[in-house]
Amino acid sequence: MVTSAERLRRLLALVPYVVARRAVGLAETAATFGMTERELIDDLNLVWCVELKAPEPYCPIDLSYEDGEITISQAESIARPLRLGADEASALLVALRTLAETGGGGSAVPRLIAKIEGAAGAAAAASSQVTFQIDRPNERGVTATITAALHAGKRVHLRYYVPGRDEATERDVDPMRLFAIEGHTYLEGWCRRAEGVRLFRLDRVLDAVVLDVAASVPETAESVDVDAGLFRPSDADIRVELDLAPGARWVVEYYPCESVTELGDGRLRAVLRTPDAGLVRRLALRLGEDGRVVSPPALAAEVRAAASAALALYD
Amino acid sequence: MSKRRTERLLSIVVLLLSSNRYLTAEQIRAAVSGYPEQEEPFKRMFERDKEELRDLGIPLETGRASQFDDDLGYRITRQDYELPEISLEPDEAAVLGLAFRVWQSAELAGAAAGALLKLKAASRDLQDDETVTQRRGIEPRLTTQEPAFGPLWEAVRDRRPVTFEHQSPGRSDATKRILEPWGVVNRRGRWYVAGHDRARNAPRVFRMDRITGPVRLAGPPGSVQVPEGTDVRELVKDWDRAPARDRTAILGIRENTGIGLRRDARESVPAKDRPGWDKVTVSFADSGWYAHYLASFGPDVIVLDPLDLREAVITRLKGVLA
Repeated sequence: MVTSAERLRRLLALVPYVVARRAVGLAETAATFGMTERELIDDLNLVWCVELKAPEPYCPIDLSYEDGEITISQAESIARPLRLGADEASALLVALRTLAETGGGGSAVPRLIAKIEGAAGAAAAASSQVTFQIDRPNERGVTATITAALHAGKRVHLRYYVPGRDEATERDVDPMRLFAIEGHTYLEGWCRRAEGVRLFRLDRVLDAVVLDVAASVPETAESVDVDAGLFRPSDADIRVELDLAPGARWVVEYYPCESVTELGDGRLRAVLRTPDAGLVRRLALRLGEDGRVVSPPALAAEVRAAASAALALYD
Repeated sequence: MSKRRTERLLSIVVLLLSSNRYLTAEQIRAAVSGYPEQEEPFKRMFERDKEELRDLGIPLETGRASQFDDDLGYRITRQDYELPEISLEPDEAAVLGLAFRVWQSAELAGAAAGALLKLKAASRDLQDDETVTQRRGIEPRLTTQEPAFGPLWEAVRDRRPVTFEHQSPGRSDATKRILEPWGVVNRRGRWYVAGHDRARNAPRVFRMDRITGPVRLAGPPGSVQVPEGTDVRELVKDWDRAPARDRTAILGIRENTGIGLRRDARESVPAKDRPGWDKVTVSFADSGWYAHYLASFGPDVIVLDPLDLREAVITRLKGVLA
């Protein structure tokens, strides 16, 4: 249920939307405004019913929606949309500057930024206080190679680093899209080896070669819903309990944890799920005395064995 | 009820935009349907309506209705109300669609959607140039999982000081901060707020995911002055700057392992005295941090030189067994 304020905001955009187009379809308009045709007709009726009683009674807005087409013959003072508010102007400008930062959108981005800053006026001021930066993984030319493959619709061969296993894997991928989220740039593509949609972090691509084969992404391939977060636990994951000293508290910021409990004196117990025991083994070696694998016991033993073997190199 | 309220608010907007002069509350009541007869309920309802209109960003001005009259009146000028003319090229329209997707389900997604509708309402032929959408390059996505983002953004926008508790890494207790926020920055996927820390009397940067508990406003709008020439981006960059890798280490790395280390190697040759191993030269910045990283490779890596790095790795590995 929309509030009366949200509905008013919508009406004040709906009227100019129709006025600017002279005549526009009900279905198209409902889709643009994200509502059903029934709701749209309710809105149009509401606008049409507005009556001012004084000094002389009159109806300022006249419209019709016959044969599935809306026309507004008289809209008086609300024929133009309301100015952008500070939140609206900022949301758009920050998004556009973010696009400029990643190079998405090309030369239209700076032109559009200038136009919107001009139209927003003072409302644009706050947006300069929000900025976005990513690390560009361009140094190795991998981004350029993969972008070219994506635009040409070609398959790529990747050498891809898997840090959890400290392993370089070889695979052929049909690119679907490139996106940047949570500080990293990813290729989403159909991995021929896994026969599924996979995400590849570009800073972990050791090498990329465009193949002379057309990319063929199965129609059933679905994009990953990245906005729900990149981390997706699975039933096959192992559950690891880790005790962390104050110097290792950063671990709970970097790894998604199922639960975190304060143990006092800044110590934490973290429970995390991972498909890859190797990742935890390496993490535990890195943490030294600041971290301790509590369970599973087999993993704890594996960590100790690896530390002993490493120390033996120095004897 | 809600429908009548929308109708009433819309009537006020139309009435005041059509009028060239200030109209008194009484004149508005006479023209707009739906206000009660009694004086007190009318006043209360009218106050709420004014507030709601202003919250929507409608520039409702107050002034004297006439020079013979002390009564206050209200007006909305077209110049302040209307979005200025803006015409978009097809490629700009396509980019607008890409920009809208940046926020997705994050904090400012609703505001981005509102802006997009206004711009669509402003121009007739907003046709997307599909070649732009097809050749779109890297699509950025902003997420705002930190609960502190919303209140801190509002504080920055309205220039209001805030208080919050902040958990520093490696410390067991959170500290209370009073901050005059200058701006928010997303760097490498994390949100930061930068501003003047009143207790420290100095500029400070805070990571939002280390802010625990609620962010509270601690002063009226407009009470924060952002110093001339402040660049919040640079502040955050300085705070988070990686130290220079000005030291050199010689490592032994088992063949076909240590891929992550080899990526940054300056030189790699087979180790003559150690069959199955490579001798790899790397640069590093800080022996503490780098030793921890090297320890994560376990028995696949040995530090040959320098001595302090070698000792630091041994200490870390012994810590695992302690």
